[in-house]
Amino acid sequence: MKVFIDPPNSLILFDLVERFGHEPLGAMAVIQERIDNIELDMPPMNVTLDDVVKGLKYAGVEVPSGIRGRLALWGPLIDEADAAIIMEDPPFNFGCVGCERSNEMVKYLLRRRGIPLISVKYPENEEEAKVTVGRIKEFLEGLK
Amino acid sequence: MIKIAQLSCGTEYSSVQYEIEKAARSVGAKVVYPDVSYADVSEAVKRFGFNPRSQQLKLMIARAVQLADEKYDADAVFITTCFRCAEAALVRNELRRFIQDNTRLPVVTYSFTERLKASQLLTRMEALVTIVTRKDILARERQTGLTAGIDSGSSTTKALIMENNKIIGKDWTSSGDVVQSATAVLENAMKEAGVEFKQIEAIGVTGYGRFTLGKHFNAKLVQEELTVNSKGAVWLADRQRGEATILDIGGMDNKAITVRDGVPDNFTMGGICAGASGRFLEMTSKRLKIDIEDLGRLADKGNWRNAKMNSYCSVFGIQDLVTTLGEGKTFEDVAAAACHSVAEQVYEQQLQEIDVRHPIIQVGGTSLISGLVTAVGEVLGEKPIVPPNSQYIGAVGGALLSSGFL
Repeated sequence: MKVFIDPPNSLILFDLVERFGHEPLGAMAVIQERIDNIELDMPPMNVTLDDVVKGLKYAGVEVPSGIRGRLALWGPLIDEADAAIIMEDPPFNFGCVGCERSNEMVKYLLRRRGIPLISVKYPENEEEAKVTVGRIKEFLEGLK
Repeated sequence: MIKIAQLSCGTEYSSVQYEIEKAARSVGAKVVYPDVSYADVSEAVKRFGFNPRSQQLKLMIARAVQLADEKYDADAVFITTCFRCAEAALVRNELRRFIQDNTRLPVVTYSFTERLKASQLLTRMEALVTIVTRKDILARERQTGLTAGIDSGSSTTKALIMENNKIIGKDWTSSGDVVQSATAVLENAMKEAGVEFKQIEAIGVTGYGRFTLGKHFNAKLVQEELTVNSKGAVWLADRQRGEATILDIGGMDNKAITVRDGVPDNFTMGGICAGASGRFLEMTSKRLKIDIEDLGRLADKGNWRNAKMNSYCSVFGIQDLVTTLGEGKTFEDVAAAACHSVAEQVYEQQLQEIDVRHPIIQVGGTSLISGLVTAVGEVLGEKPIVPPNSQYIGAVGGALLSSGFL
């Protein structure tokens, strides 16, 4: 199954989803595709004006451009997802998209889809980390 | 190469990063990003005292702290975030203040939309570079020799001749063809001064048409209007020493510049909406069928409180005006309300982005509209100084600074 991970650039979540036999939907593939395949020079992400305009599908014109640009990347993945894992309040070295408003909207869009979803709190110590990984494992194994 | 440190949030997702770097390159500068480690971020946020939820804003704060602690070397700072983001707007403004309190680096702030083009940033980037690279020229307080200044603005073109620190000829006209308008006013100014073109030792050009005019007249100085205007303003107001704020409500955009000993150290340049510019007063006077010169005098006799006009948009502003006139309000009250509306918006949109220093020197063509000066005084709680020849600031600055090349 296709599992959306939030934060979308979390390597740990990406790895966990892959280990338990599912296809992770995260930022890496989307951004890699842009950097490798699109013949334009709009560094560092190759997000274009067209992308930001496409973001209007997910948020209105009065929403800041940085949010619409992010939603233009993650929005189609959310539409495609069969399930999702959300890590709440992670520090930014765990993975982040930089903007709290975008984070909120991504979580809302996932919940609105009504797909199987697990929301876990970022663990503060090793014990909590074991519990968190256990819960994610259980969730992924339960997906059919 | 001048290094402009970029402190930003959202540029890479808004398709504008390329435009920012292009604007910097075109004025001979390079955009750099102060290095921070992961550990620096939480420490910096704690020290700064504002803990935003967005991680990229935390990174901005950490980069600012690196600059303040001189752990990263840059010549100027560009702080930019998405237009309409409240959290980013709070951080952007407080970081600007933080940089100014802790460094001597010139700073400019900007809120962008996805439509941002390099040309919109050009004047701001150029001013940052000028402040860094031309400190010696900007420090010039006296004009020497025989020089000319031309200011090719969006509404009017002005030319002025100076000799040994005195204005000896000047003229202005509405802007049409850039070269033709400038040639006409320069010829008239030379006629008044009794000099010929070949006698002029140096020319300084500024304003929107500066690059075209620079080539055409082989000007010694081709410089953006932010720094040139501020020099002209302090010279005209005889405030070359100490601090001041220069307010120039233009035909197309507005500038608010703070200076220390005549050298600009911070500025804001606005113009998202014509409702806050001289253009709105032009539209008002057309609707009232009076000359714009008379609008100020009329406004001085009216009371803005009697007429409602406080829209951020010139179209809605004119709608307010039509409704107000329909209600039978006097022309005087309507003129006063129009002036108050522009002053209020300049205050709300621009003067919030700089720390206003005293005295306030109001310049540019709109400073001749007395009602607007009165309105600015009321809004700011201090009557601005309007120096003689206040509409010629750019031309005076051009003549003054170009004499530095003799």
